[in-house]
Amino acid sequence: MSVQLVCEKLTKIYGNRKIKALDSVSFSIPSSGIFVLIGRNGSGKTTLVRILATELEPTSGSATINGIDVVKEPQKLREKIAIVPQEARPIPWMTPRQTVLSYLLWRGFSVSEAKRRATESLEKLKLGDYSDTLNRMLSGGLKRKVLVATVLSSEADIIFLDEPTTGLDPISRREFWDVLSEIGKKRFTFLTTHYLEEAEQLADRIGILDCGRLINIGTLDELRHKIRYNYSMKLLSRPPDLEVKDGEVLTGKDGQTRILTVEEEAFRISRELSKEGVKFTINPVSLDDIFFYLVRQESQERGDGSAIGAATE
Amino acid sequence: MEVPLEQRPNRSRFSQILAAVLVNAIYEMRNYPVVLVNTVLSPLSFLILIVFVSQGSLLGVAIEGGLIMSMFSSGIGLQSDLSHLKNDFKLQDMVVSSPTGWQTYMLGIAISEIVYSLPALTVLAILAYYYLTLSFAGVIELLAVLLLMFLASMAIGFTLSTFSSDIVQSFAFSRLISTLFSAVPPVYYPITYIPMPFRYLAYLSPTTYAAELAQDIAGYIKLSTTMVAIDWLILIAVAVGLFMVARSKARWREV
Repeated sequence: MSVQLVCEKLTKIYGNRKIKALDSVSFSIPSSGIFVLIGRNGSGKTTLVRILATELEPTSGSATINGIDVVKEPQKLREKIAIVPQEARPIPWMTPRQTVLSYLLWRGFSVSEAKRRATESLEKLKLGDYSDTLNRMLSGGLKRKVLVATVLSSEADIIFLDEPTTGLDPISRREFWDVLSEIGKKRFTFLTTHYLEEAEQLADRIGILDCGRLINIGTLDELRHKIRYNYSMKLLSRPPDLEVKDGEVLTGKDGQTRILTVEEEAFRISRELSKEGVKFTINPVSLDDIFFYLVRQESQERGDGSAIGAATE
Repeated sequence: MEVPLEQRPNRSRFSQILAAVLVNAIYEMRNYPVVLVNTVLSPLSFLILIVFVSQGSLLGVAIEGGLIMSMFSSGIGLQSDLSHLKNDFKLQDMVVSSPTGWQTYMLGIAISEIVYSLPALTVLAILAYYYLTLSFAGVIELLAVLLLMFLASMAIGFTLSTFSSDIVQSFAFSRLISTLFSAVPPVYYPITYIPMPFRYLAYLSPTTYAAELAQDIAGYIKLSTTMVAIDWLILIAVAVGLFMVARSKARWREV
């Protein structure tokens, strides 16, 4: 049996608006570990997740997960998947225990088995102390955890989490990463986010989606090799006489300058900036830099000048 | 890591329906007791008003009216509940991507609406036991009228839920429906109380036919056999017709 997620020319056009949310997306990845799909708001992440989770029909193209056709065999696939949709929230008049229990009943578990699994899942997510508190009394982070506890408690092999950490404070988000990381060890987790740092921390593989197109896909290392630069420098403002001989300069709308460059040039620029007393940071290229670089490149190819608010030279 | 088939649960349809009843009725009433009080009292408000105004002469008719409106509200409640669960909590999306089919989801939510109305129905049934004179056949006929009323209103609720995309729209639909189907039609009093040109307006609502039949069954009005047959036919046709509309509108997976 194929243990892969395969998408072939998956396209979605929303009928009434004639908007192409997905534009011939094709890729193939192993259905194990954590796959993180990153992209800006409106890039098509949720549309892709909803199609794969059998909630939405594609306009054309096909997709299979572990050999099961997403479009033709939804019922078969639904036996194996679970999702926490974007903007989902636990029902306020219920407690976390009731939320998880009812979800398991919905999946057809017996009451006794559902109770056992619910307790286990809540304990695993350190929600035991809040099990019988009304959801409306919980913090944003705990509410998200309750939703993750529902899918975690299920027997699903494939978990879709659409922007599970959006709106969480940085500390809660980091705590959440441990949970997601654990889930990814045992089940194929398909996660979307617009926090690049999150993808960097969690992903076994990363896909970059922009304007409905899949720009690139691979492990973090593979993506690093997509650009020939290995250092990223950030300056609050760029001195007028600073010359970059080998690299890409991206100036944000806020005046901040990002220079992607090679090692030797990075050291030369560093010396020059130090001499002039300009403050800067220098780091190996991160996913953030790769994302900016690849999305900008794609936008240039499309002839779209509005690439992530950055002027380049 | 794939869970082997033999370790997958033997899916229970009963559990899936129970989940809907718990989420949409039991937990709500248990965790918010005010909801329980409201479900008991709300159908009684019109009944009390009618009894006071008629100095008790319309008690029986008003009890039947209360039963009809409770069943009707249960079905219509489907509209706001489905829309609320789908749009505000994304619960329906979670259920779509699970082994629960749409028929089970709908059946569960429909049953939950009845369970939600059970406190009121119990109070009204007790009042009916003491104040209505019904033969065994009359009880069966009345139950059939109530069931048809529930099915018709459920189909309306389901169809409307496919149109409303947020809670404000959904509440507006609910208010509109209750005005159209409960205030104008003669549910709590005989149709003869409505002055003539407006009486035709009342016949636009299925609740009118249900009320006429119920009042005839309990002996409050006398309908000809032809009228009884017409009322039954209209009620059945409305229920079946609306169900067909609802079925054609329903989409479990969005397009």
